[in-house]
Amino acid sequence: MGNNAIEIAGLRVVRGGIPVIPSLDLAVPVGQVVGLLGPSGSGKTTLMRAIVGAQIVEGGTVTVLGLPAGSAALRRRIGYVTQSPSVYSDLTVTENLRYAAAILGVDAAAIRQALTDVDLIGHAGQSIGTLSGGERARVSLAIALLGAPDLLVLDEPTVGLDPVLRRDLWELFHRLSRSGVSLLVSSHVMDEAARCDRLILLRGGGVLADGTLADLLDRTGTTDAEAAFLALVDEAAAHDADRDPAARGATP
Amino acid sequence: MSATLTATAVRDVPSRTMTATLTAATARRVLTQLRHDKRTIALVVLLPCVLIGLIAWMFNGTPVLDQFGPLLVGLFPMMVMFLVTSVATLRERTSGTLERLMTLPIGRGDVVVGYALAFAVLATVQALVIVGFAVWVCGMDVAGPIGLVVLVAVLDAVLGCALGLGASALAKTEFQAVQLMPLVLFPQLITCGLLMPRDEMPTVLEWISRVLPLTYALDAMQLLAAGGTWTDVRGDVAVIAGFIIGALVVGAATLRRRTP
Repeated sequence: MGNNAIEIAGLRVVRGGIPVIPSLDLAVPVGQVVGLLGPSGSGKTTLMRAIVGAQIVEGGTVTVLGLPAGSAALRRRIGYVTQSPSVYSDLTVTENLRYAAAILGVDAAAIRQALTDVDLIGHAGQSIGTLSGGERARVSLAIALLGAPDLLVLDEPTVGLDPVLRRDLWELFHRLSRSGVSLLVSSHVMDEAARCDRLILLRGGGVLADGTLADLLDRTGTTDAEAAFLALVDEAAAHDADRDPAARGATP
Repeated sequence: MSATLTATAVRDVPSRTMTATLTAATARRVLTQLRHDKRTIALVVLLPCVLIGLIAWMFNGTPVLDQFGPLLVGLFPMMVMFLVTSVATLRERTSGTLERLMTLPIGRGDVVVGYALAFAVLATVQALVIVGFAVWVCGMDVAGPIGLVVLVAVLDAVLGCALGLGASALAKTEFQAVQLMPLVLFPQLITCGLLMPRDEMPTVLEWISRVLPLTYALDAMQLLAAGGTWTDVRGDVAVIAGFIIGALVVGAATLRRRTP
């Protein structure tokens, strides 16, 4: 493995009797911003939960920073941001971070740094209940940054943010990756693809494509990520239809 | 730093179930949440007083309050704390905060016992206020030591917390959580000896009442009302403490790092 932050082989996840991830193989290199893109329901969140060790998996191996996913030693090395902000709405911003800081064993300076990184230092004393959706999402991100993790797993961290903030956060992600942090960032907004070092396109719980944006555009003969994704979906659907005529017409 | 940790580190980092600092950090966080919710504190502390006050008023001039007051002083806080705790933990489970918490280096025991400690602080305030109100405002006359009445009332309220923590694992929605209170507490209320002395019950019901914690909680209060001392109630107190620990262990065990 060596220079892979995440290695997944034959991952299978069944939820409510439905195989949401039938069998998935994946590698995320160290020190890169990897985008996990796909429509809602494609398995992005389930895959991320499997990586942070929150998902019951049916089979396969998930290796994170050289250890089996869910290992106790990984708990202080991974920063995880859930899709809906995991913050206590009846606490202030600082009180939320203080609890996580106590768990991770970091001091008040780390709290200030994390709040500065997400541009919330001016809201430190404010109750979460009075913040906007985007501000809550950034508090949640600040908590993930607190322990200076080696791997950040971020489930749609830029949803509901204005363009300026989105740009600032992507700059932060790249600054972190230059310092050796590996990032896996999910999004269902295809225009964020251009900001990632590498892209993984998910569809129906499987990897549709994995490579740089340039690779994908080259392969599909398209000019943007959305067109490339659609071309790959059509290609996969045609492939499915060839194998199983009954599936014809199931996908546009 | 990222490359220095190897596979052997898995063994080096014990999967601790509890540490004092993290349990305290959780208790502090829950108390801070409570402090921001002044209306809940007011309800928790004042509601049992209102109920006791109503009963004192209704049976004014009779010995009813002296006989049953201590029972109610044990019972009302238990019910209130059961509801408050089961809803608070359910909120943590459903809001996603627990999911992230379980990916952090904190033990499951730290979360459950931290919650219980925070609510125990609230329960102590509640027990002191309700006993003070019953004795000084309503004129409740307890034959046994009043300090023991407070102790048993606090333990009853903490038992309510612990049962609420344990039971919240069974609920997936707020609707279910609210109904757990009658599910867990009402059968205990019916068999604990309040409606009918336990030795007059059908044998099977009498056996059932022996394995339910409320029986011991009310027995202790009845003994104290009749002038019992520490020697009389220490057995009951030990059983209540045992149930508290048991319910917390169940609460920690049903907290899962991985969920479906």
